[in-house]
Amino acid sequence: MEENNKVIETIGLSKYFYDPIKFQVIKEVDLSINHGEFVAIEGKSGSGKSTLLYLLSTMDTDYEGQLFIHNELVTGQGDAQLAKIRNEKIGFVFQFHYLLLEYNVLKNVMLPGLKFGKYSEKELEQRAMDHLKTLGMDTHALKMPNQLSGGEKQRVAIARALINDPLIIMGDEPTGNLDKKNGDLVFDIFKKLAKEFNQTILVVTHDIDFAKRTDRIITMEDGRIIS
Amino acid sequence: MNFKLILNIAFHLLKARLKQTIVAAVGVTFGIAMFITLISFMGGLNEMLDGLMLNRTPHILLYNEVKPSENQPLSLSEEYKNHTKFIHSIKPKDRGKSVYNSQSIIKVLKQDKRIIDVAPKVTASVLFNSGTIEISGFVNGIDMLAEDKLFKISDYITEGKIADLAQNNSVIIGIGLANKMLLSKGDIIKITTSNGDLTPLKIVGISEIGIAEIDNVMSYTSLATAQKILGQPKSYITDIQVNLYDKESAVELAKEFRKEFNIDTIDYQTANAQFETGSTVRSIISYSVGIVLLIVAGFGIYNILNMMIYEKMDSIAILKATGFSGSDVKWIFISLSIIIGLTGGIFGLLFGFIFSNIIDVIPFETTSLPTVKTYPIVYNIIYYIIGIVFAFCTTIIAGLFPALKASKVDPVEIIRGK
Repeated sequence: MEENNKVIETIGLSKYFYDPIKFQVIKEVDLSINHGEFVAIEGKSGSGKSTLLYLLSTMDTDYEGQLFIHNELVTGQGDAQLAKIRNEKIGFVFQFHYLLLEYNVLKNVMLPGLKFGKYSEKELEQRAMDHLKTLGMDTHALKMPNQLSGGEKQRVAIARALINDPLIIMGDEPTGNLDKKNGDLVFDIFKKLAKEFNQTILVVTHDIDFAKRTDRIITMEDGRIIS
Repeated sequence: MNFKLILNIAFHLLKARLKQTIVAAVGVTFGIAMFITLISFMGGLNEMLDGLMLNRTPHILLYNEVKPSENQPLSLSEEYKNHTKFIHSIKPKDRGKSVYNSQSIIKVLKQDKRIIDVAPKVTASVLFNSGTIEISGFVNGIDMLAEDKLFKISDYITEGKIADLAQNNSVIIGIGLANKMLLSKGDIIKITTSNGDLTPLKIVGISEIGIAEIDNVMSYTSLATAQKILGQPKSYITDIQVNLYDKESAVELAKEFRKEFNIDTIDYQTANAQFETGSTVRSIISYSVGIVLLIVAGFGIYNILNMMIYEKMDSIAILKATGFSGSDVKWIFISLSIIIGLTGGIFGLLFGFIFSNIIDVIPFETTSLPTVKTYPIVYNIIYYIIGIVFAFCTTIIAGLFPALKASKVDPVEIIRGK
């Protein structure tokens, strides 16, 4: 069924900033992302693309309109419920890696899985190792995050995003902090995930080159989707 | 909620900030240790002072009080039955100091299961004569065995033995009396009773209770000797002293005995009300000092946790992004606080115990308390339970505010702010 293929759907999504004056950042956005799509949201700084991503991420709940994830209305759900949705259905990769410095690489990757509690610790460890292997990071599994380079950290963050087999991976400028070589490496990983594992990916970027290489580009301007 | 995972995260956060954590925990340790030490010491002091009082005061004393008859002859009159009566110049009735029917009362009391023992006593005010000096004082005729059992009187005999009183016409006198009259063990002291009879007694010992007022006037002799001095028969008993297994029931039992034996009774609490007040005040002081110390420790924990939250903003944000709810984050920080509080508290109990032990062996000798050799300490499990509960409560309260703050951290704000 076509209906079931939608990973994310929004109806009339609007958001206002109130500081310093009331200002509409996102204007009546209707958007849907299908399963298996590799989508880039592109636009100038201030176009509202990041704001839109954080609305879709369920972390920002201060909006008007409706948000569906996997055909389930998310709008209006409580903090604990939303946390559960993020844990089970969304994987995040941010510009900054946000690894916990107190844990080693393997434990960092396992953490969302431990929270989910679907797999035993042993199984999780195996799964985490598999993901790290896919990303070429298995030899660093027992290192602490501060022993890794920027690109390596970002790859660990991607492994962490994958641990609970999410419906969708959301990225906010995932290559923004990386040099060209590492940026390409991370992009190739996304591409590979989309192609080989049919992973749905939504990435916000201001890098046109990056955007062009994805399956679908959503361009934003002044809080509206223009194409 | 997955508490194992939450505790695991809390532990790792603590490990990363080990030094500050230790400082915070040491604050709690110090507070609890001081609290335990103080309260044990105060408890010991209270017990010592109570002992000082209780070793001299029976739980219940049965005696004849000098007082007027409750039923004056006029109240028997039928004619004025419904009148209000005024009687002037009533004088107390002379019923004698002797407890009427003392032997059977003692017999009944001795069979009472609530009573440890009964010590009959004869007290009389006398004049002590030595050479030309006359000093007024008291002679206590006591049942040596019972008196020693109830009041540990032998603790206060500095020379001679209480058993020596079994000899005919022997006496143990207070140290003040002995010093004033230049008497020592083996000397003869002459005693004049209120009837004018003069009896020489041999001093077989010296007692020192530690209260000059008493040591200056008191002397002990056997019941038989006292009765003989006074020229009274064997049944002559002025006081019946009773100690109870449960001394808290003294007030009630005193009332019961008053009714049952138709005699005046007084319980130790009524007789020594001021001691209770002192004990209460000392307890209040030690509890307040302990609580203040813990509040200070609580502020320490609050500070550390607050700092930790600012340092770990990123971690909190990513935990929330990857599916930890606000309440998970709150519990992480509350566990942090509980870990600090409990570790600090348990060490506090340990150090409190060690400090108490140290105080317990510090010599403390005072002439007024011949039985006390070191500073008094009470070891009471209740103090330790209160201590750990206090530690637990303060740390939870101290941790609650930072934890609530952490739970409200908006991950979007942190992540977008980068």
